[in-house]
Amino acid sequence: MGFMDFFKKTSAPASGSVAKDRLKLVLVHDRVNCSAQVLEMLKTDIIKVISNYMEIDLDELDIQITQTQSEENNGTVPVLYANIPIKSMRKIQD
Amino acid sequence: MSEVIVITSGKGGVGKTTTSANLGCGLAITGKKVALVDADIGLRNLDVVMGLENRIVYDLVDVVEGNCRLKQALIKDKRYEGLFLLPAAQTRDKDAVSPEQMKKLCENLKEEGFDYVIIDCPAGIEQGFKNAIAGADRAVVVTTPEVSAVRDADRIIGLLEANELRDPMLILNRLRIDLVQRGEMMNIEDVTEILAVDILGVVPDDESIVIATNKGEPAVSNQESRAGTAYRNIVQRILGEEVPIMSFEEAPKGFFARLKTLFQG
Repeated sequence: MGFMDFFKKTSAPASGSVAKDRLKLVLVHDRVNCSAQVLEMLKTDIIKVISNYMEIDLDELDIQITQTQSEENNGTVPVLYANIPIKSMRKIQD
Repeated sequence: MSEVIVITSGKGGVGKTTTSANLGCGLAITGKKVALVDADIGLRNLDVVMGLENRIVYDLVDVVEGNCRLKQALIKDKRYEGLFLLPAAQTRDKDAVSPEQMKKLCENLKEEGFDYVIIDCPAGIEQGFKNAIAGADRAVVVTTPEVSAVRDADRIIGLLEANELRDPMLILNRLRIDLVQRGEMMNIEDVTEILAVDILGVVPDDESIVIATNKGEPAVSNQESRAGTAYRNIVQRILGEEVPIMSFEEAPKGFFARLKTLFQG
């Protein structure tokens, strides 16, 4: 960090990194060809199935498509990430 | 051994035709026999960028339809020994040729003894793109450091890989060094990280390209042009030599600019 940096505003990030972050996000969806609408439908279905077995916290629920390092080649692969907090198990009737 | 290289991008206006012209000339300068093929049927431009627009008699569609022999349609560039242009048809559209016909054309060009066949691909992902990549052995993707161009490049890379054209190489075109230094433009690492491909070269935004295109003389032959140097480096890399990406650090010009760098450390 240089002397001049003390006088710079430290608020907004430079647009270059904004562009990079936006691109990363949009490409995750482009690459799996999954629209926000499809993801929403998937989310509804997942909730429906899981709710048969357990009571889940819908406010804290987080389902999204992200990227992870693939093990075979050095690139990244998309993953469906789901964080679903459980409140309690339902009693399953035999 | 001869190689067919397709120059593609997805997005229009990022510099496919300029890149094709410069790589073609650059390879010819090193003594290779090169055929430049304009696959942008209906919107031909490689001829004007090359300054050969007045010498067209037959075009790609004429060859494919058998109206002339391949040799008759190839325009010999008088400035560079071993450089030939196969122009696109201007009054037809992309459906005038099929991927099979393009494959055959590429094979015929290889048989003619060309070391390199450079195909200038049209923008888009439709028929013209499919034709242009059909006979290619290798693909070069051109992009600029903008969100729209990088997004389209990513799509193209996916389509190339789906068509068995693995490991396409990237050319990052029109990099604005001043903007990158201020953090207001994505840098080389940003783009290669996002697209996860190897970089073949970086071409700085340079007014000499505009001037060269105005005159119909590709900048690669201009020793003073920074973009020309960048293209010459890319040519060396295509030939298999290891050339480092050129440094884009600009020495500050005025007194105040120099003072500023002093403080910035």
